[in-house]
Amino acid sequence: MNILKKILAVAIAFGALSFAASASAAIEPPDALIKRISQEVLDSAKSDTGIQKGNRNRIRALVEAKIIPYVDFQRMTALAAGRYWRTATPEQQQRLSKEFRDLLIHTYSGALTEIRDQKLQMRPLRATPSATEVIVYTRVIQPGREPIELNYRLEKLEDGWKIYDVNVLGAWLVETYKGTFASEISKSGIDGLIKTLADKNRKLASGPVNSRK
Amino acid sequence: MIYFTRFFKLGIGLAVAALISGCATSHNPADPFEGYNRAMFKFNDKVDQVALKPAATVYKNVLPSFVQTGIGNFFGNLGDIWTAVNNLLQGKLEEGMSDVGRVTINTFAGLGGVIDVASDAGLPKHREDFGQTLGKWGVKPGPYVVLPLLGSSTLRDTVALPVDISADPWVYVYPVNIRNTGIGARALDQRAGVLDASTMIEEASLDKYEFVRDAYLQRRQSLIHENGVKQSGGEEVNPASGDWETVESAPDKLSSNNTVNSSNLVNRDSTSPEATSDAVPAQQQSASQGMSSKTKPD
Repeated sequence: MNILKKILAVAIAFGALSFAASASAAIEPPDALIKRISQEVLDSAKSDTGIQKGNRNRIRALVEAKIIPYVDFQRMTALAAGRYWRTATPEQQQRLSKEFRDLLIHTYSGALTEIRDQKLQMRPLRATPSATEVIVYTRVIQPGREPIELNYRLEKLEDGWKIYDVNVLGAWLVETYKGTFASEISKSGIDGLIKTLADKNRKLASGPVNSRK
Repeated sequence: MIYFTRFFKLGIGLAVAALISGCATSHNPADPFEGYNRAMFKFNDKVDQVALKPAATVYKNVLPSFVQTGIGNFFGNLGDIWTAVNNLLQGKLEEGMSDVGRVTINTFAGLGGVIDVASDAGLPKHREDFGQTLGKWGVKPGPYVVLPLLGSSTLRDTVALPVDISADPWVYVYPVNIRNTGIGARALDQRAGVLDASTMIEEASLDKYEFVRDAYLQRRQSLIHENGVKQSGGEEVNPASGDWETVESAPDKLSSNNTVNSSNLVNRDSTSPEATSDAVPAQQQSASQGMSSKTKPD
């Protein structure tokens, strides 16, 4: 009995230890996270001719595996909706987040097909270890052109750092959509905005992933 | 005289009506002329659709890419002179001297500016205009203005525009037909450079006018205020300083080299302090609801 207790205690202790270890290992620093997913996306897009040709399924698979797990679309949508977010029912909030997410994914998918010889540069993060909100600065280098600034706002959640805003060439995504969201909502309500987004997504889905070519 | 006062009254009436209708449609305090701006935006968009964009597409698809690069570099080099002056006017000595070096190197070693050897030599391209200089000096941007053919601007930048134009060496080129050809080529080259971006705006925006306006105003802000953005950790971060580390394909350890070396930086990357300060309260306000719903997968 005594021995059994001891074994049990040791097992619990080990269990707790390994749990603690895995929990701390799971929290990847925000700059390392951005670096890793950028790298993975760049490498996949460069080596996959299916993505370059605009193969919808391949792009979708890449985005779902490499991007979506690290983005907090709910918060992104909440920020873009601003004060109207609180007036929406949970069901409306969910639908709005879903449609907004689909629109962003579509736009992002189009950009993915453009990746050829771009390189990514990033600045070392200088934030205190206790920070729960950080900005990670990167830029995309393309031969013969000016670099494209690409910065990310991240927040620390229990299951790791999540992106909730992106800055392209000095403009924050959330801030850029805020005005449009506000005027759509004041014109035709939350449902009106959801409908506008859904219509837009349907139209985009019927066209090619990359209408540039 | 009577006719004059009548016209005058009519004019006031129309102006008031325009203001009222402007207020009715405007949600953005930075855009009191939304009615006019939307009309002009629509006009510009139409011109782009039927003339500029098709021509730029042909330019991009037909001309060999080294010719396009040459054209872009040539006019870019001419533009660098004014960028240098503006950087110096803004007190940014290091950038200004770097721009002077760029023009010198590219003009003499780069076949009159056609080859951008300076970028490879570690002198990156900057872009500064007189509107940015006024902004740096503390002049507020004023209302958003859409200019005929030229597009997004602000009142301040519109006032600065004649200065920019008179400082463009190309407008003094004779004969006039060469000057006009050059102006046309430069416009095509610039439009061709943003073909992908304009398609993306088309796809991403619900209301293209608002999307372009809100992105433009933020970007303009960020170009002028290159000073820091506060991290939540409390440390001041200056995006214009610090080393850039190139991310290679092979995964390697993230180095934390903190040596400040701003000389090899393109000094345009900055986040808008206004956007930041505006976004923060919204984040806090939504944080509580965000937390409760965060466990829910999208």
